[in-house]
Amino acid sequence: MTNWCMVIDLDKCVACQACSIACRMENNTPVVSPEEAKNGRAIRWNDVFPLPVHFGPDLGEYPNVKTHYQTRPCMHCKNAPCVKACPVQATYIDEEGIVRQNYNRCIGCRFCTVACPYGVRYFNWYKPQWEGTLAEYRNPDQVRVNGSLEGPAVRPVGVVEKCTYCVHRLVKAREQAAAEGREFRADEYVPACVQTCTGKARYFGDLDDPNSTVSQLSKSLRAVHLLEDSGAHPKTLYLSEG
Amino acid sequence: MLQTLAQHDRDELIAPLYRFDRKFWGIVAFLAAITAPGLLLYGRQLIVGLGVTDLNRPVFWGAYLVNFIFLIGISMAGTVISATLILLKVEWRRPITRIAESLTVFGLMTAGLQIIMDMGRPDRLLFTLIYGRLQAPLMWDIASLTIYLLTAMFALYLQLLPDIAILRDTAPAAVPEWRRKLYKFLSFNWRGNKEQWERLEKAIVTVSVFLIPIGISLHTVTSWLFSTTVQPGWKSTILGPYFVVGAIYSGLGLLIIAMSFARVYNPHLKEYITEKIYTNLGWIFIVMSGVWFYFTLNETLVVTAEQETLEFPIMASKLFGQFSPAFWGMNALMIAATWMLLAPKFVSDKPSRNPLMKTPVGLSAAVIGLAIFSLLWLQPVSVFADPVFQTVFILAFVALLFLALLGVTKWLKTHLIPSSVIASSFVLFGMWLERWNILMPTLTHARLIPYTTYDPTLTEIAVTVSTLGILTLIFVLFYKFFPSISIWEVEEGRARELGAGD
Ligand code: SF4
Ligand code: SF4
Repeated sequence: MTNWCMVIDLDKCVACQACSIACRMENNTPVVSPEEAKNGRAIRWNDVFPLPVHFGPDLGEYPNVKTHYQTRPCMHCKNAPCVKACPVQATYIDEEGIVRQNYNRCIGCRFCTVACPYGVRYFNWYKPQWEGTLAEYRNPDQVRVNGSLEGPAVRPVGVVEKCTYCVHRLVKAREQAAAEGREFRADEYVPACVQTCTGKARYFGDLDDPNSTVSQLSKSLRAVHLLEDSGAHPKTLYLSEG
Repeated sequence: MLQTLAQHDRDELIAPLYRFDRKFWGIVAFLAAITAPGLLLYGRQLIVGLGVTDLNRPVFWGAYLVNFIFLIGISMAGTVISATLILLKVEWRRPITRIAESLTVFGLMTAGLQIIMDMGRPDRLLFTLIYGRLQAPLMWDIASLTIYLLTAMFALYLQLLPDIAILRDTAPAAVPEWRRKLYKFLSFNWRGNKEQWERLEKAIVTVSVFLIPIGISLHTVTSWLFSTTVQPGWKSTILGPYFVVGAIYSGLGLLIIAMSFARVYNPHLKEYITEKIYTNLGWIFIVMSGVWFYFTLNETLVVTAEQETLEFPIMASKLFGQFSPAFWGMNALMIAATWMLLAPKFVSDKPSRNPLMKTPVGLSAAVIGLAIFSLLWLQPVSVFADPVFQTVFILAFVALLFLALLGVTKWLKTHLIPSSVIASSFVLFGMWLERWNILMPTLTHARLIPYTTYDPTLTEIAVTVSTLGILTLIFVLFYKFFPSISIWEVEEGRARELGAGD
């Protein structure tokens, strides 16, 4: 079975935030006002943030300055605390190792958001809105699971959403292969952030295939997980800086 | 003798049920007035979304959840007082079991409301039944709450049954027909023969046996909501018993306030709810506060001493940071409450010659302390930064506080009931703060999100006030339909006393 995984090489990452924007356009995450964003209401499935996280970035003294940035999609944990916390199985791990979110099932209790050690889950505090003509550029792709919408379908107010590794792209790639009457290959599918990445720092593929780039990279001595001690067994891998 | 006393009980306890005077309507109107704004603002939240609160990322839970734990906590009153004391066959419990059990039911109802108010999609509430995953702590909590509520309602009903029959049989002519029918229906054909009594007593004991573990389970499971996550500050095995102790503590507090309210409302109740009950409850209170301090010390000391990277910033925010007013406020309230209950036990009733024990001295100490503190606090440049000054200030503060506490002791001794009520309100407020201090520091100190703050908005405050309004309103209305003191239990107690006297 395929086990989708992302590897992010922090040496190549230039912190341009293109992944963040690509994710936003691909997945129709709503835009909020600057005041709301300041109040922690912004939704960025793929966030790029300075390190250390607490007490602001540590820049050093001029001229010896250096900043560190980290980009963070969902870790698609193998022992996902969010999945364990959800009372109605609105979030679940599918057979291909992607942690999915069922917007039609979520009751908005926000247990998963509290349980996730990585802070990558977002809640829709208001009905999602797009300013001006932005709404016209929304991604029309949709994924239906048992009749309910997932993927980039616009979320209703009061539910939780998060990075899905662009699962609708996987569905589309499979459909395309089927339409062309051939076998689907793992390299036909990458999430939008991987496709966009300016520094070509992101890799995507099947971790269970020993020949794939991601499984080769996962053997690197630089390969680390974020918060290894969280017990969540995160899957998204980082190649550490330096 | 027994007959006349029984008649007297019935007169005192039943007559007020049919008296809809200005006082009653005044209270109802007042409660409705404080409840209404919160309901309106909640309506707005339903339409607009949870954005009207100050919740954010990472502070995904806030005042509603704090209220939820608090209300679950006060529901412990029934279990502890009535179930435990029934099983222990403690006689003085008789006049207060009814109030204690009803508080459990009302507390749980309003706690359930909080959960619904906190949900992003209350319209999907039933999904918890349709798609519920039994592995999720939240489902344990919902299950436990439902079972506890049903059992507590059953216990309350059993205990009410003979009284409803009395009401059915004694309703005066002026009572409206629907009310008669209600009593007739609820009395369930109770005739009070020997067999029925035997069954009832067996049932009450059985339900009490069940009520205790169910009650403890609810408080423990509520703590598991937090301690089963991997968030620093919560993943502690002490949280379960800590919640149970806090629950008993605040449950007792509410019980004392509720019975004092009933006493003030209907002065005849003074005969039943005697000072002896206050003294006895006071002792349980003192024991609980000892246990509570023990747990708090454990939590605080261990985390402070180990200074672990994730846990310590959270503790530091309580000790010195943004949550220090709430943390030290909670401790001050608890110390004051314990003092109010404990100190009077060590002084005599006679006027003391010791000047430190005089009320004016104590009050002036308190005023001076407050004045100095506010003066220093208002300085444009903080004077608290200097460590020497800090030490002197803290010592002076403690000394003044001690003087103030010493000064009021005599007053406390002679005013048992007001002092119990004040101590209980301190405990209730302190316990609300305790829940706040458990939830908010962890939520505002997420691992990979910059530290934030959380200040409840008007909506959240109004909804909290509303909730208390609803709780009191249910309480007031309920006791317009049913006597607040169990008539049959009091009669039984009297019969037993006289029997022993013969
Ligand atoms: S990173 Fe958070 S949201 Fe993603 S799978 Fe892990 S626990 Fe769930
Ligand atoms: S907020 Fe939604 S996805 Fe998260 S735990 Fe609650 S029901 Fe599940």
